[in-house]
Amino acid sequence: MQAAYIARRFGVFLLIVWLAASLNFFLPRLSGQDPVRTKLLQQAALGGYVQGGIDEMTKEYERRFGLDKPLWRQYLSYLDGVAHLDFNYSIANYPRRVSELIADALPWTLALLGTTTLLSFAIGSFLGALLAWPGAPRWMRWLMPPLWALHAIPFFLLGLILTYLLAFQIPLLPIFGGYSAGAFPALSWRFATDVLQHALLPALSIILVATGGWALGMRGMMVTTMGEDYVTFAEAKGLKAPTVFLRYCLRNAILPQVTALALALGQILSGAVLVEVIFGYPGIGTLLFQAIRENDHFVIQGVVFTVIVALGFTTFVLDVIYPWLDPRISYRRA
Amino acid sequence: MSEPVLRVEGLRVAFDHPLGKVRAVDDVSFALMPGERFGLAGESGSGKSTLALSILRLIKPPGHIEAGAVWLDDARIADLDDDGIRRLRLAGIALVPQGSMNSLNPVLRIGRQIADAFADHGLRLGHREEQRRITALLAAVGLPATIARMYPHELSGGMKQRACIAIAISLRPKVIIADEPTSALDVVVQRQVMATLARVQQELGAAVILVGHDMGLMAQFVDRLGIMYAGRLVEVAPIADIIARPRHPYTRALIAALPSLEARGMLAGIPGLAPSLRELPSGCAFHPRCELAIDRCRAERPVLRDIAGAQVGCHLA
Amino acid sequence: MMRGVVRYLRRNPSLALGTVLLAALALFVVIGGMLVDIEDARPLSAPTLRAPSWEYPFGTDRQGRDLLAVMIAGTPLTLRIGFIAGFLGVGIGTVLAFIAAYYRGLLDTVIRGIADIGLTVPGLLVLIIIAVSLKGTLTVNQMAIVVASLAWLYPTRTIRAQVLSLRERGYVEVARLSGMSGPAIIFFELMPNLLPYLAATLVNAVSAAILASIGLEVLGLGPIDAPTLGMTLYWVNFNAAMINGWWWWWLAPTVIIVMVFLGLFFLTVGLDEIANPRLRRTA
Repeated sequence: MQAAYIARRFGVFLLIVWLAASLNFFLPRLSGQDPVRTKLLQQAALGGYVQGGIDEMTKEYERRFGLDKPLWRQYLSYLDGVAHLDFNYSIANYPRRVSELIADALPWTLALLGTTTLLSFAIGSFLGALLAWPGAPRWMRWLMPPLWALHAIPFFLLGLILTYLLAFQIPLLPIFGGYSAGAFPALSWRFATDVLQHALLPALSIILVATGGWALGMRGMMVTTMGEDYVTFAEAKGLKAPTVFLRYCLRNAILPQVTALALALGQILSGAVLVEVIFGYPGIGTLLFQAIRENDHFVIQGVVFTVIVALGFTTFVLDVIYPWLDPRISYRRA
Repeated sequence: MSEPVLRVEGLRVAFDHPLGKVRAVDDVSFALMPGERFGLAGESGSGKSTLALSILRLIKPPGHIEAGAVWLDDARIADLDDDGIRRLRLAGIALVPQGSMNSLNPVLRIGRQIADAFADHGLRLGHREEQRRITALLAAVGLPATIARMYPHELSGGMKQRACIAIAISLRPKVIIADEPTSALDVVVQRQVMATLARVQQELGAAVILVGHDMGLMAQFVDRLGIMYAGRLVEVAPIADIIARPRHPYTRALIAALPSLEARGMLAGIPGLAPSLRELPSGCAFHPRCELAIDRCRAERPVLRDIAGAQVGCHLA
Repeated sequence: MMRGVVRYLRRNPSLALGTVLLAALALFVVIGGMLVDIEDARPLSAPTLRAPSWEYPFGTDRQGRDLLAVMIAGTPLTLRIGFIAGFLGVGIGTVLAFIAAYYRGLLDTVIRGIADIGLTVPGLLVLIIIAVSLKGTLTVNQMAIVVASLAWLYPTRTIRAQVLSLRERGYVEVARLSGMSGPAIIFFELMPNLLPYLAATLVNAVSAAILASIGLEVLGLGPIDAPTLGMTLYWVNFNAAMINGWWWWWLAPTVIIVMVFLGLFFLTVGLDEIANPRLRRTA
């Protein structure tokens, strides 16, 4: 039963991978002409020191996606490349391969986004649960208006505001980049603190906004859960308030939040891309931004594919964890 | 003559509402002897479930206890602080929740939900002793030990209700309040659950308050029955008396509504609807539905009077 | 009538707050449009990089736009993108949701599957691929259509769930038993009950669409020559206005964007309360 459930979820994940690849292949061709070819030809016409590489790329591209080949041939050729994580060369950074660029940028984004998402989910959910709990301290009511306000601001806008306040007005934190210009990336204490300092502002802009959203959602779920019969019965059992709060209310109210997390991942990531751009953070978002500026189609496609697959995988992991959180689910669905 | 184990005196419970206060329980008094089975019957909305919850001080805002007192032995429940009332729940007075409700936490195993109470009531049991007690409690309500490892959604309605009874008796309470424990169960299961409740109650020697609307069930189970109407007790009498000689017209109507083997044919219903607690009729709340009502019933609210071993709140009794 | 509205708004402060915020923006745009020449939103119509003064209350940017004029011209443009995309999204979503929820079966599985999978994909990235694939720069209306291409996913999902729960109610059963046809049931029985909910979903979709459009614009994929709020932020970022201390450049668009999102958010909360009065007691 469990295995069938996991297999099905994994099937959905594979479906997402395939859809992402197809999207990458077909969308650019919808406009009737191939923007990749256009860009390559443009670049070749411009000439310059990477000329040799561009010529080679154009030839390679023609060989695989040439207009003389039927569309399905090109499509299969593309899928084959994707299956080997081969996204071709970066047009703007030849001879670097797209997969190399992504491999460089991905850890930054994973670290930033993983930490901030988990932190804001945990803090926000706990805060929201407390906001609904009658036993919570009174001053917590005053948190609601700021949470509402924060929740309504896009990540990157808060990033702008924070930059101005904490980096420009009171120069506490570095504004730009992933580490100081002169710093040498190494496994040293100094480099680590430098990286952390640079990550603080982007992280803060994501955490503050996202926490507000999770808190508001959790508060609503808690109010519903606290009206459930099993909570009344838990109180009738003479359980201590923390037990009722944690094991009966919060434990159940968190379930729809986890579902919401799986659905929100895409949005969070979209927001984080912009935060990276604002802060020049050396992750996937900035890579994408530069690629857009330079019309580097191979990089854009590689990044979009990688991100969709990464998110699909995260969703798959959440799906697999979920029955463990909610014992009812594996039976209901599988 | 022994002392009552539980006394309810002049209890009033009100719910604040923007359109005016609603009194769900109004001046209710009764006493419960050790080991006694007391029934509280009435239509839905008569305040019987609210009464049950207010004894445990489990009424939540906007509801609150306006007046009156509940005594368990010599302890006045209103005097207890939050921790005191918490310790009294389950250990002193236990609740068996409504059978139609999902009273068990869907994400915790049954064993965990029993053991929760041990820990929070200061019982420091080792793992083995805890398991032994859980098994014993499940056995007492006729459930196999494997149930402890299961989740509520894996159990049938009857099994869930037995599990609730097992929880209710886990700290050997003096009083068990069973709030419509068998509603939503089919008749056969209903009987089994009631038999289980009766057996564990006898073994414990606990007193039981059975809240319900099923007069047939009451007749089989309780020693003494209180009839509630619109938040008030209108009649309290030993069950045999009440079945044989109901004195309040409302009680009479309730009993007439019972199907019987002799009188086949249409069941007698009670004309009219239960009154809205927000707009109670003047005088006796039952008078608009009462065939016997006289002018006095419309003007003056009757009080409970002792009549030959029963208490009746009717001008005409 | 007016008094009734006021009394209702007092009971539903979220709706009141949302309305007030958006009305303030509308007033700003309408009155501003009468007082200020919108043409000043073009580059080179004012001296560059002036801090706010009597002459230029919101200051000017590096390319010589009067930022007050930019805001007056740009706010309605950004809202237009949101509304076009939002309406298209909810419209398509409603139709799909009704088809899925009413007829169930394979059709339902397919529609729900697409919506569920589509939602796990980060919308902005797909929009980026679409925007990059289209030749040349976009106009404001094209921008709206691009955003709308994903705006139907969430409405489809939530409206479907809502219709399913309505479908179980007694009156739908009664209508079906009395021989009403499928479309008739949808229009006469389900629609009226769903309207407040649809309104809340619409406001939500508008908000999401504006967020998406601003995202695309900040990345430089927007209508380059239109003075929308998102494009203004693109220029802010492009010129590193933060580091250079040109605070007025980003202050005005930030405040307006926050007002838009807050207004729409409170409007949704208020509409939710109408759609689902059960919340009223608990709130």
